[in-house]
Amino acid sequence: MREPVSFRVLRVVGLVLLTLFVLAPLYVMVVSSVKPLGDVQGRFTWIPTTVTVQPFIDMWSTVPLGRYFVNSLVVSLLATLCSVLLAISAAYAISRYRFRGRGLFRVTVLSTQMFPGILFLLPLFLIFVNIGQATGFALQGSRLGLVITYLTFSLPFAIWMLVGYFDSIPRQLDEAALVDGSGPVGALVRVVLPSAAPGIAAVSIYSFMTAWGETLFASVMTTAQSRTLAVGLREYSTQVNVYWNEVMAASLVVSIPVVVGFLLLQRYLVQGLTAGAVK
Amino acid sequence: MSTTTSRAGLNTAGGGDRPRRHRSVAPRWLPYLLLLPALVFELLVHIVPMLTGIWISGLQLNQFFIRRWLDAPSAGLDNYRVALNFDGAVGEALLNSFVVTFAFTLAVLAVSWTMGMFAAVMLQRPFRGRGLIRTLFLIPYAIPVYAGVIVWKFMLGRDNGMVNTLLAQLGIGEGDTFWLLGDQAFWSTVVVAVWRLWPFAFLTLTAGLQSVPDDVYEAASVDGAGLWRQFRSLTLPMLAPVNQVLLLVLFLWTFNDFNVPYILFGQSVPRSADLLSIHVYQSSFITWNFGVGSAMSVLLLLVLLVITAVYLPLTNRRVRDA
Repeated sequence: MREPVSFRVLRVVGLVLLTLFVLAPLYVMVVSSVKPLGDVQGRFTWIPTTVTVQPFIDMWSTVPLGRYFVNSLVVSLLATLCSVLLAISAAYAISRYRFRGRGLFRVTVLSTQMFPGILFLLPLFLIFVNIGQATGFALQGSRLGLVITYLTFSLPFAIWMLVGYFDSIPRQLDEAALVDGSGPVGALVRVVLPSAAPGIAAVSIYSFMTAWGETLFASVMTTAQSRTLAVGLREYSTQVNVYWNEVMAASLVVSIPVVVGFLLLQRYLVQGLTAGAVK
Repeated sequence: MSTTTSRAGLNTAGGGDRPRRHRSVAPRWLPYLLLLPALVFELLVHIVPMLTGIWISGLQLNQFFIRRWLDAPSAGLDNYRVALNFDGAVGEALLNSFVVTFAFTLAVLAVSWTMGMFAAVMLQRPFRGRGLIRTLFLIPYAIPVYAGVIVWKFMLGRDNGMVNTLLAQLGIGEGDTFWLLGDQAFWSTVVVAVWRLWPFAFLTLTAGLQSVPDDVYEAASVDGAGLWRQFRSLTLPMLAPVNQVLLLVLFLWTFNDFNVPYILFGQSVPRSADLLSIHVYQSSFITWNFGVGSAMSVLLLLVLLVITAVYLPLTNRRVRDA
C-alpha cells in the first residue's frame, strides 16, 4: 500500500508530539522522586543535580503509607469481587432468560451508570449514619462501608458489560450442556463462565482500577484508620511544607503495580470492550 | 424507554429464532433468584439513596442536623428557589457551574476523541515500534487518577513547575503564569482531563479498527481512493457504532468528573474550573448547606435523565446487536 511522504511526516510528527505529552508527567514524577526536598522546592530542573533515594525511604514514615496501601488493596479487591459476583448472576439471568421486569431492570442499571457519585454521596452518608445509630455498627468510616459505596459505579458497569459479553457467547453451548443433563447453574459454571473469561477479566480490571483511583467517597467516608491512598497522598502537604519529592515517590510506587497489571491484562480489556460494551 | 420494555419480551437479543429448550428445564423463578442479589444492592446503593436525596432536598439541612437529619425542619421548595434564583449568589454560581461544565465537557470530548482517532489510525498499520508506542499511550489511563493528576498539579505550579520552566526555556512568555488560578485554570483542567481520558478513546477506537478488514482498504486503494478519502468513506462509517457508545461514555465521564478538579484545586476551586460535581460537593460538605446541595443534585439528576433518555435507545440497540 502506498503511503505518500506527507502522510509519513504527519505520522511521525503527530506520534512524537503525543508521546511527549504522555511521557512528560511520567518523567517529572520519576525525576522529582529522586531529588532532595530543597531541589524539588526550587525552580524545576530537567536533570537532578543530586540524586537520592531518601524520598523512597522517608515517604513511609511521613505518612502511614503502608496502612493506606493495605486499605486501598482490601477495599478495591472486595469491591471488585462483590460487583463481579453479583454481576455474573444478574447478567446471566438477563442474557439467557426472558422474564417480566427484565427490560425495566436493564434500563435502571443503564441509567444509574450514567449518574455521578456525588448524587449518592450525601444520602449514603446519612443512611450510614442512621444505620450506625440504630444498630451500633458504624458503616460510616469503615472499609466495608466504602466497599458498598463503590458498588454504585462498579456494579452497573459490570452488569452492563457482562450482559453484552454473555450475549456474544452462542446459546448452543449452554443448551448443549442442558441437554447433557446439567442444570442451569451447571451450564453457567461449566460453559458460560469459561467462555466469558476475557469479559470477566475485563470487568474485574476495570472495577479494580476505578476503586483504586476513587477519591470522592474516600474523602468523605473514611477515617484515619480506613483512609485509602487517594486521600492519604494529600497528607504530604502540611502547613509548613509540601514534600513534593515524597509525593512523587509515593505516586510512582502506588502506580507501578496497577500499570504493570493493566498492561499485562489490557488485551482482555480490549476484547471485553469489543465483544461487550462497544460493538 | 417504553419501547425498550416492550421489546424485551420479543427476544431479539442473541439467540435468534432457535427454540429455547431450557425454558422447560428451568423453573420460572430461577431468573429472579439469579437477579436477587444484584437487585438488593441496586436498591441499596442507587434507588434508596436517590429517593433519600429527593427527600432531603426538601429539608433545612445544615451541620446542626446532620447527625439527626430526620429531625431537620421542612424547607418546602425553598432549597430549589435558592438554587434556581440566578440573581442570588448561590443560583448564579450554580448557573456558572453548568456553563463551565458544558464547555469543559465539549472541549475535553473534542480533543480526546480527535487525539484518540488520530493515534488509532496512525497505528493501524504495522511498523517498527508500533507495539511500544501503543503501550506508552495507555499508561496515563492505567495510572491511578490521584497519582497522575497530582503530578500535573506539581507541573503546573508557578515557581517550581515544569510547565513554566519549559515555556521560559522555549522563550514563550515569562514563565511566571499562575496556571491554577483565574481563567487559565479552565484550560489547565482541560489539558489534565484530556491527558487522562484520551487513551481510553485510543484504546476503544483501536479495538474498533481491528474489526475492519484490510482488503476493504486494498480494494479502495486499487480504485484510486487517497488516504484521506479512505478515512472519510471507509474508516469513519465503519467506526460509527463504536463512536456512538464511545462518545456517550466520554461525555458522561467528563460531565461527571470529580477527581481532576478536586485533586488539582482541593478546596479553593477557581470559578473558571468550577465543575458541577465539585460544586455540589462544596455546597454540601464545605459550606454545610446540605439541603441546597441536595436540591442541586436533583437538578443535576434531571439533566442527566434527559441526556440518558435521548441517548439510551441508541446504546441499548447497540448492546442488543452485540
